[in-house]
Amino acid sequence: MDSCNCIEPQWPPDDLLMKYQYISDFFIALAYFSIPLELIYFVKKSAVFPYRWVLVQFGAFIVLCGATHLINLWTFTMHTRTVAMVMTTAKVFTAVVSCATALMLVHIIPDLLSVKTRELFLKNKAAELDREMGLIRTQEETGRHVRMLTHEIRSTLDRHTILKTTLVELGRTLALEECALWMPTRTGLELQLSYTLRQQNPVGYTVPIHLPVINQVFSSSHAVKISPNCPVARIRPAGKYMPGEVVAVRVPLLHLSNFQINDWPELSTKRYALMVLMLPSDSARQWHVHELELVEVVADQVAVALSHAAILEESMRARDLLMEQNVALDLARREAETAIRARNDFLAVMNHEMRTPMHAIIALSSLLQETELTPEQRLMVETILKSSNLLSTLINDVLDLSRLEDGSLQLDLGTFNLFAVFREVLNLIKPIASVKKLHVSLNLAPDLPEYAIGDEKHLMQTILNVVGNAVKFSKEGSISITAIVAKSELLRDSRTPEFFPVPSDNHFYLRVQVKESGVGISPQDIPKLFTKFAQTQSMATRNSGGSGLGLAICKRFVNLMEGHIWIESDGLGKGCTAIFMVKLGIPERLNEPKLPLMPKVPTNHGPTAFPGLKVLVMDENGVSRMVTKGLLVHLGCDVTMVSSSEECLHVVSHEHKVVFMDVCVPGMDGYEVAIRINEKFTKRHERPIIVALTGNTDKVTKENCMRVGMDGVILKPVSLDKMRSVLTDLLEHRVLFEAI
Amino acid sequence: MDVVNQLQRQFIDYSASLHREGFLDDQFTQLQKLQDDNSPDFVVEVASLFFEDCEKLINNMARALEQQQGVDFKQVDASVHQLKGSSSSIGAMRVKDVCIAFRSFCEAQNREGCLRCLQQVTHEYSLLKNKLQTLFRLQQQILAAGGSIPVVE
Repeated sequence: MDSCNCIEPQWPPDDLLMKYQYISDFFIALAYFSIPLELIYFVKKSAVFPYRWVLVQFGAFIVLCGATHLINLWTFTMHTRTVAMVMTTAKVFTAVVSCATALMLVHIIPDLLSVKTRELFLKNKAAELDREMGLIRTQEETGRHVRMLTHEIRSTLDRHTILKTTLVELGRTLALEECALWMPTRTGLELQLSYTLRQQNPVGYTVPIHLPVINQVFSSSHAVKISPNCPVARIRPAGKYMPGEVVAVRVPLLHLSNFQINDWPELSTKRYALMVLMLPSDSARQWHVHELELVEVVADQVAVALSHAAILEESMRARDLLMEQNVALDLARREAETAIRARNDFLAVMNHEMRTPMHAIIALSSLLQETELTPEQRLMVETILKSSNLLSTLINDVLDLSRLEDGSLQLDLGTFNLFAVFREVLNLIKPIASVKKLHVSLNLAPDLPEYAIGDEKHLMQTILNVVGNAVKFSKEGSISITAIVAKSELLRDSRTPEFFPVPSDNHFYLRVQVKESGVGISPQDIPKLFTKFAQTQSMATRNSGGSGLGLAICKRFVNLMEGHIWIESDGLGKGCTAIFMVKLGIPERLNEPKLPLMPKVPTNHGPTAFPGLKVLVMDENGVSRMVTKGLLVHLGCDVTMVSSSEECLHVVSHEHKVVFMDVCVPGMDGYEVAIRINEKFTKRHERPIIVALTGNTDKVTKENCMRVGMDGVILKPVSLDKMRSVLTDLLEHRVLFEAI
Repeated sequence: MDVVNQLQRQFIDYSASLHREGFLDDQFTQLQKLQDDNSPDFVVEVASLFFEDCEKLINNMARALEQQQGVDFKQVDASVHQLKGSSSSIGAMRVKDVCIAFRSFCEAQNREGCLRCLQQVTHEYSLLKNKLQTLFRLQQQILAAGGSIPVVE
């Protein structure tokens, strides 16, 4: 058949079937050859294919199959034996390889299948992770919101700002439609709408606090979903839309008193506010868990911030109050000071102004008394004198007392002769007593010291006052004054349990008792005696004429002297006893008993005024040394002379009673010597009296001498009389800081 | 007796003149008071001591002021101070006054002034020495004649 377009007419194109077989074989071969090519191409393209060996096998199998089919093409016509051989070989190989491949596939196909399952598994996992990622992201975002909210809330200490900020930020973060805060009223029975997000001025909505829904919210620490129809949620005007979901959470309002150290506050005692949050209506949004958590956290933070703000308010208020009080106190103090100053000025002026005319009156009246007067005139003058004396006493008393009360009066301590005080009082009182035919006796205890340290003037005033009272109020009989040293047993008087005197080495308690056998005082009048200006009935009838101040002043003085004064009486008509105790100091035991009491003017002018007094003279200047020695020898002293400070320190001993040293020579330090002598003799009564001789009269020298412990300073040159009086003063008083 | 009286009168006059001319002051009278039976030559002793002291001090000061290179004014001052002390102890008023002026020159470190003062001091001192020696001689004469030294107030 020449009409066909196929390959060369070597073949016998007889049968149609044969023709179709021929073509199919050809195409099969083609396909078989192209498959491995494709495989190789794609495998080369992909970097990863784990089954290369399989591929090779498969490739071989395919190639051989293709070869077989290709060779099959030649077998349609008459073919040689070679072709048959090749065909057979090919077929054999193909058989082998295909069997091997088949066997191999048994292993491989399950693997390939499992890859598929793994892929599915991974896909699921990825989806799950995606979901979780989404959750984490939301949580993280929530956290960020919380932090930001907290930061906003805590960045201010103003209550209103805190609450407003909370609502605004919450509204923004959660995209709320409305957010409201209900605060409990003062009574605690209602909740009042205090803050809202959208509405500007929430006016006076209140709901009672004991609604079940509110209780439900308050009893749980979580945010609770509530119905949009309950009273707390019905803030917005009702509309046609579907209201969104509403959540309410409690906000604890903490007070300072709620916090105890050991146990946290009980829930039942807390007050809560209610925060209501509404999602936008018609949005089909739901409250998610993380949003609820956010709301709870925010509510807690708000509570803390509010408590801080409350504390701050408290402290500011307290501080303002304190400042006010301070200012008021300051003002009061200044007023008081002004008053005191005015009073003092007044007193000072009155003191002078009142006394001057008084003196004039008294003086002139006394003078008048001396002149020639008719008896009536004399009587009149005497009355004038008596009245003015009384007035003068009154003035003195009042001024004294006010000074005492002021606290500005101080005791004038000095050494004085106790016996002399008593004697003087006796002398003063004797004339009046003898006129009244009263017998006055004085008993001084044998162990009473002759000298004491105290305020002589006021002590005499006190004794005089007490004795004077006794004389005044006795019509007849006797008055006895007893003075003893109070011993410890007597010190604790049962009548004065609050008075506990403690005697010591350099103090003793003087107890003076004045007993009079006169009219006596009734026991209930005794306390009044010591109060100012109070006069008892019995005293007034006795024509006393006293102002009633006397005993009050005595009491003040006695108290100043750390003592006590009281009056005992067995009743009217049985006389009374006034007793007081004061604390006096014991003067030091010096050489005083050996020396006679020197009056102010030295009466001995004889040459040996200080027999055998051992004196040390230190002076660098030969001439003045000799002169000083001459002076002292003339006065009878036993003089040792030294010319340098080392010699002085070497020679000085406790036998020398006085050391005269020249301190105005430059270069030699007399002060240093004084200090060394002070160091050498530690006991005061062993130390010699140190006196500086100087030609300088200035203050600096005097101060320096005092500073180093010298007892006196004398200006050179010294006259005989001066030296005598200096020595006298020194030995009597042990101190002399003039004689310039 | 006449001689004694005469001598005593001479003594009193001379003493008075010394006081009047300012050579001696009250301190000297005090010293005289200190003289008694226990120390009969007290004043003479003090005077001799004073003369010795004076000469020594004046020599010291002269030597110190002669130094051509840097006079030690401190030393001079110390000596003057001593001299002042001695002269006031004995009652040599004029000497003391010169010493006071001397001291201020020393403080001002004025060499010329110091030298001038030194001359003055020397002059006053010799004057005084002569006068006192005369006085003491009179005293001796009175005592030798059997009289007693009159007390000059």
